[in-house]
Amino acid sequence: MVKYLTRRLASAILLLFLLTIVVYLIFGILPVDPARISCGIHCNPIAVAGNRHRLGLDVPLYEQWWRFFVGIFAGRTYGDGAARFTCGAPSLGYSFPNNECVTTAIAHAFPFTLSLAVGAFILWMASGIGLGVIAARYRGSFIDRGVTAFVLVGSSLPVFVVGLLVYILAFFLHAIDPISQGIWVSPLSDPIGFFKNFIFAWIALALSYSAIYTRLTRGNVIETSSEDFIRTARAKGLSERRILFKHNLRTALAPLLTNAGLDFGGLLGGAIITETIFQLPGLGEISLKAVLQDYDLPLIVGTTVVAGAFIIIFNLIVDIGYAYLDPRVRVG
Amino acid sequence: MSTQTAEVSRLAILQRSPRQIAWHRLKRNKVSMISAYIAIFFLILAFGAPIFTAIFHVNNTNVYPNALSASGMPIGPWGGVSWKHPFGLEPGVGRDLFGLLVYGSRISFSVAIITSISFVVVGLFLGISAGLIGGVLDNVIGRICDFLLAFPTIFMFVALSVPLTLRVEATGIAHNNGARIVVMVLILVVFSWPGFFRVVRSQVLSIREKEFILAARVAGASNIRIIFKEILPNLWPLAIIYLSISLPGYLAAEAVFSFLGVGVQAPGSTWGLVLNDASNFWQRDPAYLGIPAGMVIIVVLTLNLFGDGLRDALDSKSDR
Repeated sequence: MVKYLTRRLASAILLLFLLTIVVYLIFGILPVDPARISCGIHCNPIAVAGNRHRLGLDVPLYEQWWRFFVGIFAGRTYGDGAARFTCGAPSLGYSFPNNECVTTAIAHAFPFTLSLAVGAFILWMASGIGLGVIAARYRGSFIDRGVTAFVLVGSSLPVFVVGLLVYILAFFLHAIDPISQGIWVSPLSDPIGFFKNFIFAWIALALSYSAIYTRLTRGNVIETSSEDFIRTARAKGLSERRILFKHNLRTALAPLLTNAGLDFGGLLGGAIITETIFQLPGLGEISLKAVLQDYDLPLIVGTTVVAGAFIIIFNLIVDIGYAYLDPRVRVG
Repeated sequence: MSTQTAEVSRLAILQRSPRQIAWHRLKRNKVSMISAYIAIFFLILAFGAPIFTAIFHVNNTNVYPNALSASGMPIGPWGGVSWKHPFGLEPGVGRDLFGLLVYGSRISFSVAIITSISFVVVGLFLGISAGLIGGVLDNVIGRICDFLLAFPTIFMFVALSVPLTLRVEATGIAHNNGARIVVMVLILVVFSWPGFFRVVRSQVLSIREKEFILAARVAGASNIRIIFKEILPNLWPLAIIYLSISLPGYLAAEAVFSFLGVGVQAPGSTWGLVLNDASNFWQRDPAYLGIPAGMVIIVVLTLNLFGDGLRDALDSKSDR
């Protein structure tokens, strides 16, 4: 077990390291110049050169990357003399158009993304597993057919169309106030306000996931119910309820863990579409803004690295969880 | 029924090729056949856009300021739906919505079809190479695969689209929306082949050990012949399934990127762009949002239902 964990951990760290290199290289060789963009309307070559030096863009690309990489652990200082400023560790760069460290911008945006992801996750796991189990339990009945129809429609509707329709519905119900949407309401100080801010975004985001998880659950439960140990349980005289919850679901839901972990990890990097439609300034929304408004390269690099890191970390968590649940993985 | 005719019909069933069996199963699935007809209708509409818009004497660039009120809203109910403008008009600029959507669907369909075919071809090529040759090559492709899967696709798209478009324009291959479409297809293909590659590779690994491959080798068949005559025919069902299932996804992806403002830009028109514009007007002109949204939903839904049916028909394991 320890050997397996070390190997997985090492490969995850290597992947994270490579991620920073590749993201930095891709964006570094692109024909955009943050120094020029950040210079504004009244621009002259000297100002651009000054900016370039202050942003640390006047050194070769590999050295830029090295400074970026070291900055993640040690923090980073820009410029010299009186114009010095520091972004403390973990520094992901400095966003010139916003005049703040990328880490600060991400820290402001993350609560929105986290709340959106957690709420939607709870919603889709509960509804997906619930509907899937019911459909499998009453297989072939009209309930099952209804659930199957929901799965077909729900999983094939484009997220942004669903998002728009849910947003409009919320607007007609006077449940959404576009002005207060972007202001962070802490769930601790004002749970109702927090809930009102997010509930429709949760529904919009969770809908298609819910359909997919319903299909997975239904399929797994039906497949497991033809296993030998279920027959044995039935032969022992256990109640159907006990067979379903104690024997069937344990086996049927384990594979769902992989999907759940990866989907959740992917969302923590930012749900661009839902955040944009519901005007929630999360990670996805700020990076879209950074691209569309003034191509704020440091912020884009930062959010992309963070989003990739979440995917890698949740991959690791899923693998560890699976090794814990299924002993065969550890040995292989 | 006498035993003799039963025997005859049994033989008739036995003597069908896998392709005939699949076709028969597909035909029996009413939902997916109806979906297929609807999807084909929209496909014809998209690629015959100049003909169909000419019927109504409209196109995707003409503006009709006379059909708009002083505030820029279409005159008449349902966003100005009339015989002259079957889907109404675009508020503000005043182009015909039918023209915009039909011409727009041409872009959406092109992106989706080119992307799907490209990623299937790339997946097949790399999957067969990795599966057959193995060794270092297999390892390298596998690692690249793992790595690509760690990238947030939508993020990469959003971040890369603008500068990459500049790059493509600088090479002179395409300009403006042409360049944006090239970039869109490129990024989608780069981030979507790993999933398909893995399935192909594992299939090739199992096919490789089958007797008929050994027989072909004994008979002196070359590697090329084995790939094209023995392995590829066994992978076609898989390729068709992936093609049909991913098509609506890419259709929606194109719409999403245009909707977010990183895909095709005005004065071009795609579903995503129209929906983006409509999301600013929905309170005053709900039909302008409803019609394109309905169209996207119908096309994506029918393509998905058809893809599901095709998978059930081709996949012998999914006898439900």
